[in-house]
Amino acid sequence: MKTIDLSETSTRDLNQALHDQRGECTERNWEVLNPKGSHSLACGLDQNLSVDIRGHAGYYCAGMNKGAEVTVHGSAGVGVAENMMSGTVRVKGDVSQAAGATARGGLLVVEGNAGARCGISLKGADIVVKGSVGHMSCFMAQAGTLVVCGDAGDALGDSLYEVHIYVKGSVQSLGADCVEKDMREEHIRELSDLLKRAGVDDDPLQFKRYGSARKLYNFNIDNAVL
Amino acid sequence: MTHKNPGLRESATFDIDTLAEIDRAATTGIYDIRGFGAKRKMPHFDDLLFLGASMSRYPLEGYREKCATDVVLGNRFAKKPIHLDIPVTIAGMSFGALSAYAKEALGRGATQMGTSTTTGDGGMTPEERGHSNKLVYQYLPSRYGMNPDDLRKADAIEIVLGQGAKPGGGGMLLGQKITDRVAQMRTLPKGVDQRSACRHPDWTGPDDLAIKIHELREITDWQVPIYIKVGATRTYYDVKLAVKAGADVIVVDGMQGGTAATQDVFIEHVGIPTLAAIPQAVKALQEMGMHRTVQLIVSGGIRNGADVAKCMALGADAVAIGTAALVALGCNHPKWAEEYQRIGSDAGYYDDYHEGKCPAGISTQDKDLMSRLDPELGGRRLANYLQCMILEAQTIARACGKSHLHNLEPEDLVALSVESAAMAKVPLAGTDWIPGTPFQ
Ligand SMILES: Cc1cc2nc3c(=O)[nH]c(=O)nc-3n(C[C@H](O)[C@H](O)[C@H](O)COP(=O)(O)O)c2cc1C
Repeated sequence: MKTIDLSETSTRDLNQALHDQRGECTERNWEVLNPKGSHSLACGLDQNLSVDIRGHAGYYCAGMNKGAEVTVHGSAGVGVAENMMSGTVRVKGDVSQAAGATARGGLLVVEGNAGARCGISLKGADIVVKGSVGHMSCFMAQAGTLVVCGDAGDALGDSLYEVHIYVKGSVQSLGADCVEKDMREEHIRELSDLLKRAGVDDDPLQFKRYGSARKLYNFNIDNAVL
Repeated sequence: MTHKNPGLRESATFDIDTLAEIDRAATTGIYDIRGFGAKRKMPHFDDLLFLGASMSRYPLEGYREKCATDVVLGNRFAKKPIHLDIPVTIAGMSFGALSAYAKEALGRGATQMGTSTTTGDGGMTPEERGHSNKLVYQYLPSRYGMNPDDLRKADAIEIVLGQGAKPGGGGMLLGQKITDRVAQMRTLPKGVDQRSACRHPDWTGPDDLAIKIHELREITDWQVPIYIKVGATRTYYDVKLAVKAGADVIVVDGMQGGTAATQDVFIEHVGIPTLAAIPQAVKALQEMGMHRTVQLIVSGGIRNGADVAKCMALGADAVAIGTAALVALGCNHPKWAEEYQRIGSDAGYYDDYHEGKCPAGISTQDKDLMSRLDPELGGRRLANYLQCMILEAQTIARACGKSHLHNLEPEDLVALSVESAAMAKVPLAGTDWIPGTPFQ
């Protein structure tokens, strides 16, 4: 295990050390001390590393992650795991806006709550939030899955495409073209698998599923907001 | 007022085009979507003239004396700035809007001339990366196809906030152009009318943007320059904020700038002309002590070497071309006249890029149409055209006594009209009058 103390080392040196593992991996386990909300921590990783951040992270923590397992033992700022490709990002605390934005693969687990626009423009990754999510979550989301074990804010899934959304609690309102859908066998399977991977002990049968009515897929003048 | 035939007197307000548009709107109930740039007349580079050397200035000889054309972009923070042989770059045009062959042809032509090409809303294709020696990778609100591997393959990253054709608007790619490959690259169902977002998903405002730039630099280990592209509107303020956010290069796209698909009302009525934007950008850079440190690339309606020279004289470091590059490849070529007529247009007028029926095989994803464009020949034509532009710009620069295109200056210019003098902030020809007080 290699420990990097950010009260002595810069974010640049931390990230460079992690990026240097991209070709030949000489150390799999990393621990980051005193992050103190710094931005861009452990972003752009491209290796099967395990990184434990002991404290709070700022914006874009684990951005564009490929293959690594990053755990924030605290809360994370805007855009955690944005555009993740693969791997796992777990945040023990809460996360700010745009968590998992545009992420294309991998798993993001938020053990606390997520702010607005969680999973915005999602492109294939899976997100599991143990708490609640803020307004406009999954805005224009294209693919992947968002699981919310708490409640969802206003305009959930506005203008969404093929993303799957599961919410256990209440939904303040659904966004344009987002509708409640049947929970079929395959959805229950998908959901219980995801809950298991996220380590969440919840009953899939208590969730409702939301998805696209697909009415906005082609321009139709009668769908315009006048 | 007299008229030969009072029965045929056209209204200036309700002219024939206006009547046709009212009829079209009444028939369809929806705005007109099209490609190309603004078609209205507006103050432009044609309204500026150069003062060649004479008694008080010393010209350089024809085409033999040295007149350098190279430019370095992005040496503010990046470890590997971009070094181009000519200051004319190819603007971002998406794979999806354009065919893969068209993108390849742009790469071939640009590479032959030692300049860069730019990806677009559809992500990076291997054809394009393979054929472009210098490739700028766009980071757009839609983030279609965005991934760290392509990011690390890029020679520069361009964060797109807006385009001159549609500042404040997102993109559109209509279903007929969403083939399997395009759909897969964008993670979308085939055949949807696809709307690209108008705002970035994970940052709002200049303070967030600074952190976003920091993230992109960290991911790419501070190797490559980061550009910010804005549509020309509040250019003075946008440029200041972009510099503050940490940009290496700023791209300002004027309202004449081309597009693949936008509402006509947007193209014609939002934004300011390229001519008006350049002095605002330069003033902002100069006030911050950043002119020539943060480079300025200007686009929107650039057609020839005179336009290039005028941009540079007003303070740009380089220019970008979109529409002109497509025309060099064969867009709107008279040899396709009959086919243009068959789809309700004509050679020289075609702007329905969004329909994907381009007879020249450029703005289409149709296999048969696409194969009409030979990427090698297209590349050759683009290189010829770029070479001609540079020769023209050098001709003017030498006549003004400049041994580098960058040495052209506003003092070399005069304006032909009061409007262009006020916008470009150069004197009306034959006077020392620059209308309007400089904004302070
Ligand atoms: C067919 C086409 C597609 C375009 N696609 C994009 C794009 O994906 N991203 C972008 O920033 N600008 C796009 N643009 C705008 C160009 O990058 C550039 O700003 C503009 O074409 C410059 O003006 P000009 O066409 O008068 O040279 C596109 C333009 C055209 C003509």
